[in-house]
Amino acid sequence: MIEWSHALSQVRRACPDSLRRSAECTAARAGPGAADVKELLASPAVRVGLSISIATGLYGISFGALSVTSGLDFWQTMALSLLLFSGGSQFAFIGVVGGGGSGIAAMSAATLLGMRNGIYGMQLNALLRPEGWRKYVGAQVTIDESTATSTGQADPDEQRRGFWAAGIGIYVLWNLFTAVGALAGSGLGDPKQWGLDGAAVAAFLALLWPRLKGREPIAIAVVCAVATVLAVPFVPAGVPILVAAVVAALIGWFSHGRSDEGLEPDVEPYREHHGHRRHDSPVSGVDT
Amino acid sequence: MSLWFWLLLACVLAYAWKLVGYLVPARLLEDPRISRIAGTMTIGLLASLTVVNAAASGQALAADARLGALAAAAVALVLRAPFLVVVLAGAGTAALLRVMGWN
Repeated sequence: MIEWSHALSQVRRACPDSLRRSAECTAARAGPGAADVKELLASPAVRVGLSISIATGLYGISFGALSVTSGLDFWQTMALSLLLFSGGSQFAFIGVVGGGGSGIAAMSAATLLGMRNGIYGMQLNALLRPEGWRKYVGAQVTIDESTATSTGQADPDEQRRGFWAAGIGIYVLWNLFTAVGALAGSGLGDPKQWGLDGAAVAAFLALLWPRLKGREPIAIAVVCAVATVLAVPFVPAGVPILVAAVVAALIGWFSHGRSDEGLEPDVEPYREHHGHRRHDSPVSGVDT
Repeated sequence: MSLWFWLLLACVLAYAWKLVGYLVPARLLEDPRISRIAGTMTIGLLASLTVVNAAASGQALAADARLGALAAAAVALVLRAPFLVVVLAGAGTAALLRVMGWN
């Protein structure tokens, strides 16, 4: 437990500013009723959660548009956003299908990419201790951004508010904008003419980018990219991605380094609020 | 129909991953190697998906407008553009290169 909360603080590197503000907020807490709403809107975690919801929700447009141009229909696209609900895995699924891969390869890539959500679930379970139905609902909205919003706070109440504000906010907006994108995308005609295959490339690079902090993750990315290129001519479409996953898993198993490597959110909730500090912070030398 | 099957299975397994963290006692998952593999695999899969979408055409490698999209996205990311802007830069560059005759 102590080890995990230690790992958490490393994953999210809570800022002193947010600590101070949430402490003030807790001190200023009032009673139930109308004061609750006031308190909620005054909560830094809720504000961060709502702004991350808008930023993340908006790129549901690109998912929706790319999904229908990858060959999925409207309802398959919506099923991914409503049921699978994990940006990276959803993009992986349509990326494999769009590249001519089989359904089983798409499912495998999406599932392997979803493993980190299990780690987030464990962290959040230790942090928030949800009971009963909250566990099952909370699990569905356990993703990079809701975890990052929650663990970026120090006060337990703020951690809880941050998780639910970001989780529910993103879920609602992500699905809304997926539908918008899917409807817009299906009216586009030839997707290549609009460069939508280029959009998919950009989307994957943008998902990868925040995780490339330091030499080690870059080395892992390069090794896996090379493994992919080497595998492409020899195995069916979609399988090179699984080859890369195996290579990455072997690296993770046999090498020693940060245990939170690669567990960064696609959209960093505390970036705007703290002047890009995370980007300038040292990334190596954190050893658990 | 078969795509629906794999799609729904992916949805079930995605939820299973999420729920496992809440239901399995923490000490069973405490091995830092588990969390490390989750992370390295995330990096490896996203790097691989980037390459496949940029340079694979079925079972062959291809150099086409998508490489331009990759470069444009990288520039946008270096400039710290938001996600949607990066995606639009990729799409716009690929479309533009095609208009200019590079497929």
